[in-house]
Amino acid sequence: MINRIDKKFQELRKRGERALIFYLTVGYPDLATFTKLLFALERSGADLIELGIPFSDPVADGLTIQKTSQVALKQKITLKKTFSLAKDLDVNIPLLLMTYYNPVYQYGLKKFADSCKRNGIEGVIVPDLPPEEANPLRRALKRHNLDLIFLIAPTSPEKRIKMISNKSKGFIYYVSLTGVTGAREKLPKTIRLSLNKIRKFTKRPICVGFGISKPFQAREIGKYSDGIIIGSALLNIVEKYKNKRGLIKKVEKFASEIKETLKG
Amino acid sequence: MYPDKKGRFGVFGGRFAPETLMAALSELETSSRKAQRDKAFQRELNRYLSDYAGRPTPLYYARRLTEYLKGARIYLKREDLCHTGAHKINNTLGQVLLAKRMGKRRIIAETGAGQHGVATATAAALLGFKCEIYMGEVDMIRQRLNVYRMELLGAKVIPVKSGTRTLKDAVNETFRDWVTNVRDTYYVLGSVVGPHPYPLIVRNFQVVIGKETKKQILQVEGKLPDYLVACVGGGSNSIGLFHPFFHYKNVKFIGVEAAGRGIKTGKHAATLVAGKKGILHGSFSDLLQDKNGQVHPTHSVAAGLDYPGVGPEHSHYKSIGRAKYVSATDKEALRAFSLLSQTEGILPALEPAHALAYLAKLAPKLSRKEIVVLCLSGRGDKDLEEVAKL
Repeated sequence: MINRIDKKFQELRKRGERALIFYLTVGYPDLATFTKLLFALERSGADLIELGIPFSDPVADGLTIQKTSQVALKQKITLKKTFSLAKDLDVNIPLLLMTYYNPVYQYGLKKFADSCKRNGIEGVIVPDLPPEEANPLRRALKRHNLDLIFLIAPTSPEKRIKMISNKSKGFIYYVSLTGVTGAREKLPKTIRLSLNKIRKFTKRPICVGFGISKPFQAREIGKYSDGIIIGSALLNIVEKYKNKRGLIKKVEKFASEIKETLKG
Repeated sequence: MYPDKKGRFGVFGGRFAPETLMAALSELETSSRKAQRDKAFQRELNRYLSDYAGRPTPLYYARRLTEYLKGARIYLKREDLCHTGAHKINNTLGQVLLAKRMGKRRIIAETGAGQHGVATATAAALLGFKCEIYMGEVDMIRQRLNVYRMELLGAKVIPVKSGTRTLKDAVNETFRDWVTNVRDTYYVLGSVVGPHPYPLIVRNFQVVIGKETKKQILQVEGKLPDYLVACVGGGSNSIGLFHPFFHYKNVKFIGVEAAGRGIKTGKHAATLVAGKKGILHGSFSDLLQDKNGQVHPTHSVAAGLDYPGVGPEHSHYKSIGRAKYVSATDKEALRAFSLLSQTEGILPALEPAHALAYLAKLAPKLSRKEIVVLCLSGRGDKDLEEVAKL
């Protein structure tokens, strides 16, 4: 059974485009601005959006998302709050949740899956939950045809690539580099090779995240992936302009420029 | 025997790690298992443990403390006499030797009180490794001397400024470094925490405490102890003491956690006493957290106990009733610090002072026939400034 994420990738394939996926920390820099940012990204061509739920100990994240998470935690952003926010969001693109496993576990896995379904969340990414430990959550999400998206890293050996490609629903999240999240000037040259390796095992879309910050990087990676994921580079712009009037325009400009590189 | 193949101690443990580390953790699992079985590796490690670290450490009958408390006969397992002043060296010598065997070039580690950092820097210097230690800014201030010691040993100490700026955040930062440099870097984790196989690796290098204790107590008393008492932060000295006695059901285990300013104040680090199941730093275990799954800031006068998580094997022991976990406050630990100093002429570290604080309550209730062994996991020299302040 296909869901909205699958449909999205089918549409994009038909149009010959790659997906543009953004990560936003919920409630950063504040709830009102966060909502405005979300709409601005949709207007500017975002195809999917990851809603980042803050966690006190984000081991896979670099400085940018560590900071935005702290801000969000100070504003008492929780899963519960995010669900009630998502419910009232009038967006037409699929929404994903990205968070660490402990907040999900404490919320309760079944209740979590039910809440995702009820509030328009289509998929979930949990960076500290490898497939080996993910069966309970996977089963809970599967009941509602929701996607649990797994990551593949440059250090993943072939055996794991095969296993993960099999288990990841919606798309496969390829981590572009060995490291934490955060905008980089330079990305490894081996991304293309790695994606070719993954494609031997799966026809699922592969999206590349971690480090991407510039249109030229998006254009390059767009040539051989099915989509790109940007978080820290976007949040850095938000941080820089958060108290200024031009914030939304800056974000729209950034998103549209990236989107252009992923067409045709 | 626990852990199982997935690194589970009952329901606890596991491997909740970012994908980037999964292959490295498998490699570590294979290499450590091979090393454990390799006689040459064990011989080399044992030589360092005896000629360099000063093992076996004495099991000392604390006569004046026993007379003062008027109850059970008290023995102290003197890990404070190890080179670098704490049990941490048992683990770091083992792991750095393993790193050498695995062909890694760089050593990283987290540290709270600085004891694990010093022990890692020591093993790295001994075996010729480049070494970087992550330490919370708050801990760098309260354990200034240990920062200096690590630097003298040639290690670089990197201040951690995120979160609560203590041990938990130092662990986060070391994981981030490892995720980035996983190909040539070995992460020497300091306690029986973290993703599988760390709780097993660290236990394997710390059981020397319990194995020696067993032999020594049989020699002097002709029977096994009735109680084993040790402090629990992450839980490495306690697992090291307890584990070899696991199947001797008459030997009771007591782990003492840090109650800080009191459990009710919320300013404590008593994970097993007051926590709930959760996932932190790669394993499923007990955890101090709020109802939304955010990890609580902790407090203890002992930097080495100031940690919101605990080793999964302890959670397992608790759930099956094999061990009992209690807590001692900052104040009680300080009183116990003075007690041992003045009755026995031994300045304990503030961490085992928590175990001593509970011992002071337990021993008088027992008879002269009963034997208690307490793991004196480290010496108090590092804490003098902190104690003087209070």
